[in-house]
Amino acid sequence: MKVHEYQAKELLAAAGAPIPRHIVCKTVQDVATAFDQLAEGRGVMVKAQIHAGGRGAGQLVGYPEKLGGVKFCATQEKARAVAEAMLQHPLKTLQTGPQGQPVRTLLVQADAEPAQEFYVAVVFDRSQGVPLLMASAAGGMDIEKVAHETPEKILKVPFAPETGLLPFQARRMAYELGFTPEQAPVAEKIMLALAQVYLQKDATLAEVNPLAVTKTGAVVVLDAKIDFDDNALFRHPDIAALRDEGEENPAEVRAAKAHLNFIQLDGTIGCLVNGAGLAMATMDIINYHGQAKGVGPANFLDVGGSVTPQGAVEAFRIILSDPKVKGILVNVFGGIASCATIAEALVKAGKEVGFRVPVVVRLEGNEVEKARAILAAAAADLPTLKSAPDLTSAAKMIVELSQ
Amino acid sequence: MSILVDRSTRVICQGITGGAGSFHTDQCLLYGTQFVGGVTPKKGGMMWKGEKSGRELPVFNTVAEAVRATGATASMVFVPPAGAADAIMEAADAGIRLIVAITEGIPVLDMAKAKRFLKSFPGVRLIGPNCPGIITPGQCKIGIMPGPIHKPCGPNERGVGVISRSGTLTYEAVFQLTALGLPQTTCVGIGGDPVIGTTQIELLELFENDPQTEAILLIGEIGGTAEEQAAEYVARHVKKPVAAFIAGQTAPPGKRMGHAGAIISGGSGKAQDKIAALQKAGIEVAPTPADMGLAVQKALAKKK
Repeated sequence: MKVHEYQAKELLAAAGAPIPRHIVCKTVQDVATAFDQLAEGRGVMVKAQIHAGGRGAGQLVGYPEKLGGVKFCATQEKARAVAEAMLQHPLKTLQTGPQGQPVRTLLVQADAEPAQEFYVAVVFDRSQGVPLLMASAAGGMDIEKVAHETPEKILKVPFAPETGLLPFQARRMAYELGFTPEQAPVAEKIMLALAQVYLQKDATLAEVNPLAVTKTGAVVVLDAKIDFDDNALFRHPDIAALRDEGEENPAEVRAAKAHLNFIQLDGTIGCLVNGAGLAMATMDIINYHGQAKGVGPANFLDVGGSVTPQGAVEAFRIILSDPKVKGILVNVFGGIASCATIAEALVKAGKEVGFRVPVVVRLEGNEVEKARAILAAAAADLPTLKSAPDLTSAAKMIVELSQ
Repeated sequence: MSILVDRSTRVICQGITGGAGSFHTDQCLLYGTQFVGGVTPKKGGMMWKGEKSGRELPVFNTVAEAVRATGATASMVFVPPAGAADAIMEAADAGIRLIVAITEGIPVLDMAKAKRFLKSFPGVRLIGPNCPGIITPGQCKIGIMPGPIHKPCGPNERGVGVISRSGTLTYEAVFQLTALGLPQTTCVGIGGDPVIGTTQIELLELFENDPQTEAILLIGEIGGTAEEQAAEYVARHVKKPVAAFIAGQTAPPGKRMGHAGAIISGGSGKAQDKIAALQKAGIEVAPTPADMGLAVQKALAKKK
């Protein structure tokens, strides 16, 4: 689960990290009031709060001038104009897709112009099985690029989840990054806060980028990002309450409520599959046979271990709510459950939902012959439903039929 | 021969009185696995009865008690996510040698701590979590996979060892192997989480050293760099034919594809990189999930 910048900063502040003063705003009037409280004769930063990264380099869609999601405003008039533009135009960044993401919340932040920018993050090192503090003096920019082009500029310290990041580890990191003896204790505090939030709240990523030394010499968290482990939310009601469903894909939110694992993609063939690995593999085989014809998967959908009529109804509805969808491939491996039960569930769902597009069903496993007979018998009610003898022909059929 | 489990393996189920634990213990008994008991705290002393098999098993409050009373050496864990890591550590502490954790949805940090705890128990092996389990066809099934799709090795017959991060995709692969007449020695679902007990490399080593295993099928997916490391291991240490498939070639970056561990992040974990590494190691990579069995056949033919 992702949270907004202001939520991440407030969690870090509660753990002892210094952050610039800020006020969370929903309206232009809020922003004007916040300006008066925070400007101190210099001005404020107005920052659009969306979950996607790359906000500063982004662009408001449909806004005539060049304006992204982060802007310094020296006057209240400017802050009002910027706030109005941001609240009225979706923000497009490298991570949002071309339509952009509507901006509903703005963060007004006291001016803290950076003189120097660092990157610090706690991530999970899968190969070692422990959390890892990662830092670089080349902050502010795309850290993936730094990691790729100059990996020696990234310092790494793994730490034990039982003890957490130890003060000496943070101290050593601070000096190795080149902080002065005056700055180092504050940088340490920020790193310890990052590790503390990461461990206590079950984060999967806790990142400060940049950690800035401002022109006035203060060491602060200028921007922060924290992602949380969905599987641990059950023990963190405070974190679960930070969820902003407005930032998530509506079809994905709807699917999650029905306990379906769904991810929206760009193609035209909807997929309904049992099991995550098989669901990915099904997307891949559609792409394999369809790519040359411009046909690809419209979604990832894992309906879980068992296929029920209710689950299938909701799954078909979600897939068909995407107007791009021109065909659906159902690929179910009936393990312990009978394929006949699955076929009955699919037919029942089909009758309830109504298939406006071709649907190819590939079932394999227990009692598959019985299942094929059930599908064949439903042909009169579901004329667009076809049964395929194997996975390859199923993929080829749906690519063909969708065109 | 086979690896890790055979008809002599004595197994308990942790979480035996829950819906899934009960159903699958019953299914494993029907397959012929030697289940000898179960554990559910507060339900010790009762007898569990399988709905289909009609078999009865004693239930204990703790794993330690179950091990003392039954001599079990393996455990199948169906404990819900919040208590699953604790159940895994309890099993290790009680003397269980092979822990097969089926549970999906365990917090990553819980597993990180559990895995570090297991380091003080040399000889204890964890498979999973978030996996279908392990099966030596015809002998022992500890997990949720459908038994009948597997083909046991006949006497003096050699077979394929299967290693997979996934569930139904493994069934798909096994189904293809069986349809081609290729029996399996042991099939291991290693789990779809970021922290898992037994790695691909450890199983490659076990299969390489198992005389009955003739070829190995490795089914990977996006996320992490385990397949790249496995490829390097194969190039250096594995003489047997190896085939592979990687799921998620069309997965977008930054999205978790169902499995907690299936995510491309920070530019690493891409299917294309894994496939390239596997091919470089001389591994036969199936172009589509429909070709996994054929890839094994090709790998076998190449080595002959």
